[in-house]
Amino acid sequence: MGEWLLFYAFSLVAILASALVIGQRNPMYSVLLLVASFGASAGLYVQLDAPFVAVTQIIVYAGAVMVLFLYVVMLLNQPREDASEWDRTHPLRRPGLARLGAILAALLVVELGWALVRSGTLGAFTGDTSSLASVRTIGQVMFSDYVFAFEATSVLILAALVGGVYLAHREGSR
Amino acid sequence: MTSTHYLVLSAALFMIGVFGVVTRRNIVIIFMSIELMLNAVNINLIAFSLQWGNSLGQVFTIFVIAVAAAEAAVGLGIILALYRNKETINIDEMNVMKW
Repeated sequence: MGEWLLFYAFSLVAILASALVIGQRNPMYSVLLLVASFGASAGLYVQLDAPFVAVTQIIVYAGAVMVLFLYVVMLLNQPREDASEWDRTHPLRRPGLARLGAILAALLVVELGWALVRSGTLGAFTGDTSSLASVRTIGQVMFSDYVFAFEATSVLILAALVGGVYLAHREGSR
Repeated sequence: MTSTHYLVLSAALFMIGVFGVVTRRNIVIIFMSIELMLNAVNINLIAFSLQWGNSLGQVFTIFVIAVAAAEAAVGLGIILALYRNKETINIDEMNVMKW
């Protein structure tokens, strides 16, 4: 019972915060709501028996990445989007490619619903979950079978570091 | 509690992200929508990790988080460079690479 209550509470927070991220005109509020959405996801990860990923999510996403977003929003110094410029016509009545996009989006929703109905419920969680959550298991998998992916990620992060410094560098500021 | 609940939640979050990417004109908010989609995928991976009793889903979630952090650093650098050159963050006004 408590499990269901927690699931629905976290899901509600995640979906509401995510919808508000899209709906806000001020990017500053969007960033803070995104932090709330990621926090709710971390709660769901704990429920799904993945506490290590939940902690990583909080530290990396809600902590580091969102601080980066906040700094960029403050640096851009152009907080508001003019709502009067938004296209208020119904998506299915727009001309040309915009209508095609709306039809494709509707089709995607129908397809997802169809897949959901056809798949049925997967049943309660089964399988051996006793050792799933431990950092030891994750580390063993990551550093044996997927060590190449791990090293590739480290190279990727180095490349992102160099690229980020180069892109944010102002010409002739030295 | 079944995986299906988590799949529905993840699909809903992904849809919200897609909607944000398609409808918003502010490039920072589009970027945040992409992060929302990555997060929805993570929920899916972890739900299946528990469903099949296999920790691979958690390992790949950590990879996704690492890649998303790298992507955010580079993407925000690009946004800053764009803003410095064009003085705007509205994607409708960025058409340099259009043919």
